[in-house]
Amino acid sequence: MQILIRGGRVIDPGNLDGIHDILLQDGKIAQISANGSIENIDVSESEPADSSPCKVIDASGKIVTPGLIDMHVHFREPGHEYKETIQTGCLAAAHGGFTAVCTMPNTKPVNDNRQVTEYIINKAAGVDTVRVYPVAAISKGLEGNGLAEYGELKEAGAIAFSDDGCPIVNSRLMRRALEYAKGFGMLIISHCEDLDLVGAGVMNEGALATRMGLAGIPNAAESIMVMRDIALCELTQAPLHIAHVSTKESVRTIREAKKRGIPVTAETAPHYFTLTEDAVEKYNTNAKMSPPLRSYDDKEAIWEGLSDGTLDVIATDHAPHASIEKEVEFNLAANGIIGLETALSLGLKLVDKGFLTINNLIEKMSKNPARILGIKNTLKIGSVADITIIDPDVLYTVDSDCFHSLSRNTPFNGWKMKGKAVVTIVGGKVVFDDLSKK
Amino acid sequence: MGFAKKDILDMESLSADEITIILDIADRMKEISKRPIKKVPTLRGKTVILFFHEPSTRTRTSFEIAAKRLSADSLSINFSSSSMVKQETLIDTVQNLEAMSPDVIIIRHAASGTPHMLARLIKSSVINAGDGMHAHPSQSLLDLMTVREKKGKISGLRIAIIGDISHSRVARSNSIGFTKMGANVVLAGPPTMIPKGIENLGVSVSYNVDDAICDADVIMMLRIQKERQKDFLFPTEREYARYYGLNRKRLTNAKREVLIMHPGPINRGVEIASDVADGPYSIILEQVTNGVAVRMALLYLVAGGARNADTN
Repeated sequence: MQILIRGGRVIDPGNLDGIHDILLQDGKIAQISANGSIENIDVSESEPADSSPCKVIDASGKIVTPGLIDMHVHFREPGHEYKETIQTGCLAAAHGGFTAVCTMPNTKPVNDNRQVTEYIINKAAGVDTVRVYPVAAISKGLEGNGLAEYGELKEAGAIAFSDDGCPIVNSRLMRRALEYAKGFGMLIISHCEDLDLVGAGVMNEGALATRMGLAGIPNAAESIMVMRDIALCELTQAPLHIAHVSTKESVRTIREAKKRGIPVTAETAPHYFTLTEDAVEKYNTNAKMSPPLRSYDDKEAIWEGLSDGTLDVIATDHAPHASIEKEVEFNLAANGIIGLETALSLGLKLVDKGFLTINNLIEKMSKNPARILGIKNTLKIGSVADITIIDPDVLYTVDSDCFHSLSRNTPFNGWKMKGKAVVTIVGGKVVFDDLSKK
Repeated sequence: MGFAKKDILDMESLSADEITIILDIADRMKEISKRPIKKVPTLRGKTVILFFHEPSTRTRTSFEIAAKRLSADSLSINFSSSSMVKQETLIDTVQNLEAMSPDVIIIRHAASGTPHMLARLIKSSVINAGDGMHAHPSQSLLDLMTVREKKGKISGLRIAIIGDISHSRVARSNSIGFTKMGANVVLAGPPTMIPKGIENLGVSVSYNVDDAICDADVIMMLRIQKERQKDFLFPTEREYARYYGLNRKRLTNAKREVLIMHPGPINRGVEIASDVADGPYSIILEQVTNGVAVRMALLYLVAGGARNADTN
């Protein structure tokens, strides 16, 4: 099977930016040539030789990029399949333009052992939609008491380690985790949160929380742990990735650490560069998350961090929850929102506002996560054909009823968007195609 | 001037005019409780459900008496929060209650915003009898009524509210209510008990109780909960009483006609000394008396009164 992607603006930051045709064959990129040149030569010649027809995708006016990678999602399988399965999660990812996702280990049972890692990988292979890279636990059971078996987990296919959702309190354990992971060339992803400082907090601390009578979470609950982890990163010289950065203090700390050459990278999520705590008004549980939505000043700092490169990655922290966990008293509502099917459109808003170029956005949603995780993801002849085609101009309104995720917990329902993924190709196979339908 | 609110959720959503209407009606309702036959037929045939998820003696009794004196049929449901979590969701429970056609559901709940969530979902009127740290509008209204009754006005008075402001829905509702009616509110307590950004409610803040009370017309003390020691808000009750409690000595700096209030239940010897609580300036029990009148006014306005004139 061949696929010819014709006439799109091909952007592979640091490699390509221009109007090109791309020919895919046997799951790989077979040819990249100037617009119009492939059609005349290869397709006509190859068709008689190869009995399967060549699919032609007219990408004129579209942007063709290396596949988007979401390095922070929660698929709830095994254990909480009523929220999301690997299959529905993969479908949601494909529809959001993602060719690969990294699934966090807080499943039930926890992904802290070879069996669960292999289970996830096998399930994902059966689904055969997008690539699923399991992130395994830093500590056994996410309990913060002892290291999981990193060697065997790596062998089973784990891509990194994280105790996402259960910050590691014990600094000595965190130090050892960084050191031990380094021996296997593996990355530690840290959820930075001082739970003592969070206390009973359920939203950002400040005047709004005070007026609403909700216990607040200060910025320091995040930044204090970012500072600790950076100190441990400096001590161990082991690569560290900070998950879902939400505060200006964290951005400042990471910026300064990078300047000093400490091997730290960081991500933020679309909700932190799009929303502020004001979204919690009227006790909206779809705006309840951890870390919480912050102030406008913090949002501005996130914009700056993204544009100056302090924040390397945009990841969704896709956290599906059933309505029974969200349509409850605010204090009892589960943390988190889904993000796979809105992330790219929200990222494109940053391009529209001028905070990022389209090249920057693709770096943060594709190239940088690939680099940090050690995944090859580029548009070169011979490379694996993981490709996303983006229509930057299409106008649409978010309708959560049309999501492919099993869950509906999004604060963006009804939002007007400009731009989205229209085709997702994984290993030369089209897993989502909104373009040919029209 | 009219009153068309379906629900009484917080002081923020009541206008100064609406507050005045409530207080005027409450003034008239007060007389009913002084009659030998303390009952009028105003809400005959109306059903009022008291749905309390938190312990309460004063507020629940007060609402229940208010409903009965207006001839409404009232019933009380208590759910411990643990059984709520394990069994039915709150929304399911309330929708089941709603299916039995009550006119008013009075709710107290430990989670801020819960009455607001329920009010959006059901047709019955919702009265918030206290939600978490957020609001306690009937308490604020009875405090306003009591101060207006004693001082003849609210506007221009200086109200000092002292204690654990962070965890107090009474402090929030009174900050908003008294400010809205033209009073100046000062909040005082140790900085551990003053929440961030409370000044945005239009109040001032002091960490020194003597400063806060010296020119106050009203001093309102808040209950100190022992379990807050675990949250490191204060070291001991002894030290709290010494630096933040109201006692006779501290009161010598206050105005001569000062009023001492407390939403109850009081901790004698902690936030308020017994001789002050029982002393000549204390109007703590008058607050309780007026509580019934204010709650009668609220029930009348949402379940009877102008709002339901067409259907009566």
